[in-house]
Amino acid sequence: MDYRFESPAAVRSSLKEVDYLSDEGIAGVVFLADRLGKPVLVEGPAGTGKTQLAKSVAEVLGARLIRLQCYEGLDESKALYEWNYKKQLLRIQAERNNESTWEDIEDDIFGEDFLLTRPLLEAIRATDPVVLLIDEVDRVEVETEALLLEILSDYQVSIPELGTVEATQIPMVFLTSNNTRELSEALKRRCLFLHIDYPDMEREKEIVLTKIPDITEQLADQVARIVRSIRQLELKKSPSVSETLDWARTLLLLGVDSVSEAEATETINILLKYQSDIAKASKELAGDTSGARKPGVPRT
Amino acid sequence: MTPPTAPDTVAGGAPGQEPSPLLELLEGFMGELRAAGLPVSLTENLDAMEAVRHIPLEDRDAFKYALAATLVKNNAHWRAFETVFEVYFSLRGKEFALRSDDTAEGPDPDDDDTAGALSDGAGGAGGAGEGLTPEELQAMLFQALSHGDDPLIRALARQAVKRFAGMEPGRPVGGTYYLYRTLRNLDLDDTLEKLMDQARDDSPQPLTPLEERLERDEYESRIDRLKKEVEAEIRRRLVADRGPEAMARTLRKPLPEDVDFMHASREELTSLRKAIYPLTRKLAVRLARKRRHGRKGPLDFRNTVRHSLSYGGVPAEPKFRYPRPSKPEIFVVADISGSVASFARFTLHLVYAIAGQFSKVRSFVFIDGIDEVTRFFEGVDDIGEAVHRVNTEADVVWVDGHSDYGHAFEVFWNKWGREISPKTTVIILGDARNNYHASQAWVLKEIEKKARHVYWLNPEPASYWDTGDSIVGEYGVHCDGVFECRNLRQLERFVEHLA
Repeated sequence: MDYRFESPAAVRSSLKEVDYLSDEGIAGVVFLADRLGKPVLVEGPAGTGKTQLAKSVAEVLGARLIRLQCYEGLDESKALYEWNYKKQLLRIQAERNNESTWEDIEDDIFGEDFLLTRPLLEAIRATDPVVLLIDEVDRVEVETEALLLEILSDYQVSIPELGTVEATQIPMVFLTSNNTRELSEALKRRCLFLHIDYPDMEREKEIVLTKIPDITEQLADQVARIVRSIRQLELKKSPSVSETLDWARTLLLLGVDSVSEAEATETINILLKYQSDIAKASKELAGDTSGARKPGVPRT
Repeated sequence: MTPPTAPDTVAGGAPGQEPSPLLELLEGFMGELRAAGLPVSLTENLDAMEAVRHIPLEDRDAFKYALAATLVKNNAHWRAFETVFEVYFSLRGKEFALRSDDTAEGPDPDDDDTAGALSDGAGGAGGAGEGLTPEELQAMLFQALSHGDDPLIRALARQAVKRFAGMEPGRPVGGTYYLYRTLRNLDLDDTLEKLMDQARDDSPQPLTPLEERLERDEYESRIDRLKKEVEAEIRRRLVADRGPEAMARTLRKPLPEDVDFMHASREELTSLRKAIYPLTRKLAVRLARKRRHGRKGPLDFRNTVRHSLSYGGVPAEPKFRYPRPSKPEIFVVADISGSVASFARFTLHLVYAIAGQFSKVRSFVFIDGIDEVTRFFEGVDDIGEAVHRVNTEADVVWVDGHSDYGHAFEVFWNKWGREISPKTTVIILGDARNNYHASQAWVLKEIEKKARHVYWLNPEPASYWDTGDSIVGEYGVHCDGVFECRNLRQLERFVEHLA
């Protein structure tokens, strides 16, 4: 079988070409997912690039991205396949005056023509290279999770009327989760696990520089430093990478080349989304250090 | 990164001997992970073996992430994994031996990059013969931190351990003792202030508070890196002295979900607090979900007919009316007396977190008197402040400040009893150690009649229940469930039970 990537380093460099800056962990797991033919379960705080990873891998591989957005109440007919029963009914109606037997019709209406493929089946049947993204898998109920198991371990789907559809290739599969619920052991066992955390300061600076080419090195550095400082506060919601980027863009638009307290506090609402967080961070940045820092939290 | 290829590190394994030393090492490694409480299944074990076949072994980071991706499926376990990994796959070899005669030959491979930076061979014999005086070492450290020179920081960390930790072979003390001795000698707080002074002097204008803060953050993070290097160095030496199995055993700590609320250290409480928020979010999601999908309502005739049109009048898809979700109301009643002090602190955090997730939460705390503290948690962003206000302002002492559940319940019933409705879920937190006062269990009986559910969470081990002055059994008969709740795992199980 052909592998898609040479080495973890190759993963890293080709992801970089599509502007996704990974670290050793991310590159290593993507590499392994390819080698072992296993899906990757990606967890981590919101806005750290979990979904983007799948998109970027697809871009690197020149593959089609098939996305299944999970939500409460997602079921088989939305995720796997469904019989197009409107069409089936029409067919039966149309046959009513003809001489054909029931068996003929039955064979007919449970054929390919009447099958509506949904993302999972679509990914299995694809002959062109695909990357399957199962987004926010923690939103579906535990029972629905079982739907995924057959696909994730054997890359096949059983359809009672048609038999088993096997994959012609092993697609790369990414599942993302915000950890609102503990996923089942069975699902976790089938996946490689990847936790994407907030990037460290150096990497965040690089991300800013890559995504916003017009920015000066100095401003990017300051942005990354201030964001690191803010993430150390105990907040309701720490700024995500996308918020860092928004903030950097804003500063650039405002023509700021070096951030002072005043500019930081005036634009901080782009970085933080809760009034209480904004108040706290503004106070901190203005040098009032009476607010408590997170005690004993190791920097990563 | 220096290549510590795993097979080479296995001391004594003759080359080509079966089974391969790497496999043996991995087996020990996974055994230790299991011993540390990580749920490593057989499939995952096999996956890990398969994974390392694809990874260039000399790439230590790739090796580490390959093992992590296959063996660790919960981010809370990462720290435990990392500790075991560092112990089993850290740089090992003669140069880390504690006796100086073992280290006399040859310079350390790790110091190659910095050999020039240090005035004499850094890997030379430990103790005597070092070219640097303690003052010079301090000065170099200051320089290294000031420039953020990582290789030099690493080399100096090793020097510092050699010189200050006073490690002796076979001495039965833990790594923290050596860490403390080394760091005390380095006096890093003072160094930080000096670094800040230098930054202030170097700046043409006075530093603004923001600049000051960013500078300080940067230096602190460099000092953290130094501390980590010192720690790693001590660990390497201890592993060389005692072997990985013994080391891993001494470093073993309970996983976050197994930490006992009653006896948690300050640091553990911090990490517990962080773990509570996702848990209450889960609780909220579950309760909401249950409300939405609990049961189907009656047939919605109009909607069904409307949809049947697309199937030529055949009502192929029956539609139902969903019942309007009712909003649950939660009453939390928590014991905050001294006997459950650390549990109580945790409890208050839990109450705070729950209050943030549900629209209607009322909280009550008691010792022998009881008071409603809902207002302290409303619109407060700093939980520390809320806890402080609860501890100072709430009127919870009636006679002597020893828990009296009976009296507290009685007052609760008289004051707030009529506000309990069939929508209310009452959660009581406490150990039910009543100091031999009257139990007044009839209050719970009345509450049970009126409320939707009554649950009791007890931070004591179940085997202690109903011993001494604990009368949880007397109360328990009037509850829908009494749960042992000593750690996150059990709290999580309770949340599952609710849904």
